Amino acid sequence: MSSDLIERSVIEGTLAVAMARGGDFAEVFVEDRRTSSAMLDQGRVEELSSGRDRGAGIRVVVGDTTGFAHTADLSEAGLRVAAEAASAVARRGGGGVREIALGSLSSHRSVAQIRPDDVERATMVDTMLRADDSARSAGSSISQVNVGIGMSTRRFVVANSEGVYGADEQIRTRFNVQCVASGDTGMQTGYRPIAGTRGFEILSDDAVNDAARGAAQQAITKLQARPAPSGDLPVVLAGGSGGILFHEACGHGLEADAIVKQSSVYAGQVGHMVASPLVTLVDDGSVVGEWGHLGIDDEGHATQRNVLIENGVLTDYMWDYLRARGQGRASSGNGRRQTYQHLPMVRMTNTFLLEGPDTAEDIIAQTPYGVYVAQLGGGQVNTTTGDFVFGMTAAFLIEDGKITSPLRDCNLIGNGPQILKRVDAVANDFSMTPGTCGKDGQQVPVGTGQATMRLSSVTIGGTAA
Amino acid sequence: MSELLDLATSLLERKEGSEEIEVFVSQGVDLEIRSYQGEVESLSNAASAGIGIRILLDSPHGARIGSAWTGSLDPDAVSEALAQARSNAHFASADEFVTFARPDGVMPSAVAEHANNNDELTVDQKVALAIDLERAVRGADPRIRQVDSATYSDYSSAAAIASTFGIAAQYQRAGAYLSVEAIATDGSDDQTGWGLSVGRSPRELNSEEAARDAVRRATRMLGAVKPSSMKTVAVFDPRTAASLLSIIGSALSGEAVVRGRSFFAERIGEVVAHSSVSVVDDPTDARHYNATRFDGEGLACRRNELIVDGVLHGFVYDTVSARRAGTTSTGSAVRGGIAGSPSAGCRALQLVPGQMNHEEILAAVGEGVFIESLQGIHSGVNPISGDFSVGVTGLMIRNGQLAEPIREVTIASTLQRMLLDVMFIGNDVEWLPGSAAGQTLAMSGISLSGA
Repeated sequence: MSSDLIERSVIEGTLAVAMARGGDFAEVFVEDRRTSSAMLDQGRVEELSSGRDRGAGIRVVVGDTTGFAHTADLSEAGLRVAAEAASAVARRGGGGVREIALGSLSSHRSVAQIRPDDVERATMVDTMLRADDSARSAGSSISQVNVGIGMSTRRFVVANSEGVYGADEQIRTRFNVQCVASGDTGMQTGYRPIAGTRGFEILSDDAVNDAARGAAQQAITKLQARPAPSGDLPVVLAGGSGGILFHEACGHGLEADAIVKQSSVYAGQVGHMVASPLVTLVDDGSVVGEWGHLGIDDEGHATQRNVLIENGVLTDYMWDYLRARGQGRASSGNGRRQTYQHLPMVRMTNTFLLEGPDTAEDIIAQTPYGVYVAQLGGGQVNTTTGDFVFGMTAAFLIEDGKITSPLRDCNLIGNGPQILKRVDAVANDFSMTPGTCGKDGQQVPVGTGQATMRLSSVTIGGTAA
Repeated sequence: MSELLDLATSLLERKEGSEEIEVFVSQGVDLEIRSYQGEVESLSNAASAGIGIRILLDSPHGARIGSAWTGSLDPDAVSEALAQARSNAHFASADEFVTFARPDGVMPSAVAEHANNNDELTVDQKVALAIDLERAVRGADPRIRQVDSATYSDYSSAAAIASTFGIAAQYQRAGAYLSVEAIATDGSDDQTGWGLSVGRSPRELNSEEAARDAVRRATRMLGAVKPSSMKTVAVFDPRTAASLLSIIGSALSGEAVVRGRSFFAERIGEVVAHSSVSVVDDPTDARHYNATRFDGEGLACRRNELIVDGVLHGFVYDTVSARRAGTTSTGSAVRGGIAGSPSAGCRALQLVPGQMNHEEILAAVGEGVFIESLQGIHSGVNPISGDFSVGVTGLMIRNGQLAEPIREVTIASTLQRMLLDVMFIGNDVEWLPGSAAGQTLAMSGISLSGA
């Protein structure tokens, strides 16, 4: 069996060219990506846009050196030029003719029920208008509503000189609504996304209306917000968006490229207690339909459930092909790239904390004074020092075990290894949130998840004394 | 380069009926070389090309635009994009303000064009620059234990824009960088420092300077402590000041203003900043790495004064946001490559320099914090509400001198407050990649959150 993207014989020929100067490893990644998007702002449907990008990235590894080139020309001649450019790093020459024979194609197909090709553009428009209506009906202080829908179909074939030969089809659908509420105190914003590695079926009327009303309500609530505190307090993170904490506090530091270069605080820590015993952290690209779901990774390896921290003990890192090869072990299915124009590297997929024994209500009730974070925005980490920040975009004070005043947006700051030890309660209301992770200029979709949980102390970067 | 304009212009002949067409074509070459342990870790050579097409349908109720793009100049792919853009146009709302740019007679600046001199060094010489950079960092100080990445990169790109309204513009850009991240250790504490050298061509790069910068930043952070929370004066270094100016620039976009998403809306003529603050966006200033002749709609870029002596003077506009605001484009359309439609944005911001240098500002401030890096800008700064809270690293300022390093703290205020609280603006302008230049910048009223 061959993929309809490219003939098997063309791939085999290209791999042979790539290896001809004496490489140790060569890989061809052929991708065809279609996107469609639409935006609504101030009640007007703005430009609908369609895009298509198709091409191949070719990688040749010689010793510790990687050569990479890409091309949008998928003809045999175009691929040959790219293969020769990628192999220019192989200077020792004398590789001679290498026969590359691929095995049978391991092909994966999206689980999407309503595929992008089957979605009428009028349906996209109606969905956005409905969201606009729902958001505006939430209150007269809503001054602006922006709605976006994006769908993408990413198909790729990846093959390498070791016989890996796989194909995947990833269909993703994303919807987001941002509202601005205006009042005497200025403007405040609310935001809700819906996203999945699924088709348009995730945008049911109920889901869209809930998201729109939720975003509007968040903005309206924040009009009453007071400045967030400044200094150390207990923090309760609501189920779902708090997963970004683990993504930043330790996820990036558990990626093998940082480990191999000794640029992570978690290097050499396998078998050590690195977190509270309540912490069991998993990265799993095989969770069907989640935003970070992949049939296979971008190096052709199966995704799998990787337990990173078990009951507080560091059990393993995340690996791509190159880093795993250097350590004589297998990839964990974490080799990802943004497009065919990028080199793969170690990336997270769906990263989540397993549930605990408590309930969200009890955790809040048992917190005399602190901050309840209902939604987190993005974050950033320095893997070498472990210092990280993440932004809270919907938060409240907790006073006497009850959620009280809304707080203005601010960042929280902490040190990964210290924060992991401060997890002192985990509830049973697990949920996931979609996000976009940036690393070395490459953006990939990731999921993060956790149940409501508490950190005994975090520095809140507000302005109130 | 003129082939790109020819290609763009030739597509205009495929106009059907009363539709209008705008074509954006671009082509680029990027090279990136990473050195690790004295060897090439990776060498990426990338050529790309693509096209973005927009179709405008006019009606008595207003116009509608549809767009499509493709990452290839293959004729079939281009035809597919044209057909997609055409059918997408039918689904937009008719809008009386929507249109394409029309030639406005403003001539482009001749000085803002950057020739592509990336070939003045061979690939082997560029490899040597990356390896030298890594070696310079490793050899500079015994406390350097690792170099996470030492990178040489260069790029060149050319683009053309043409429309059936008579726009026909082309421009090119080129540049080169060295960047390096050093990891220093004192046995118990690890710290990182990032160094950069920027040039319009490879020969302008200076690996010693980038190495020195990275090593100085990493080593002087060793032993950093988390100070107590306080209200203080913050002095931003040129790099962090440039980040701050970029964020303020996003609120000076006329697009943000007409969409009700800027705290500057309806404040023209009001005092929005300390009287020492004047902000201009000037892509015709050839010293700026982002300088360019044409904007994303093919209009000539021009100098725009946005804040003058603390008073809000104007915004930057593209064609559509200008029409909504009842004015004309300031030549400030920015475009995120072939897949992006034009929107209004700043591209070459500068804070008009003050009189004092870095040392004089530290001496005048006396006590405060010196900010060397910002963390979490995308999560902690809201350019709509103006709320500002970011993680920082830097050094305490004591008796007008840099003192002990600090980490794991945030600084917070609001952008509105910060502009009014500016104390000193340095004369030490650093031209940096990105949309803003930077210089030492001091402001009071900052809440520092620490232990």
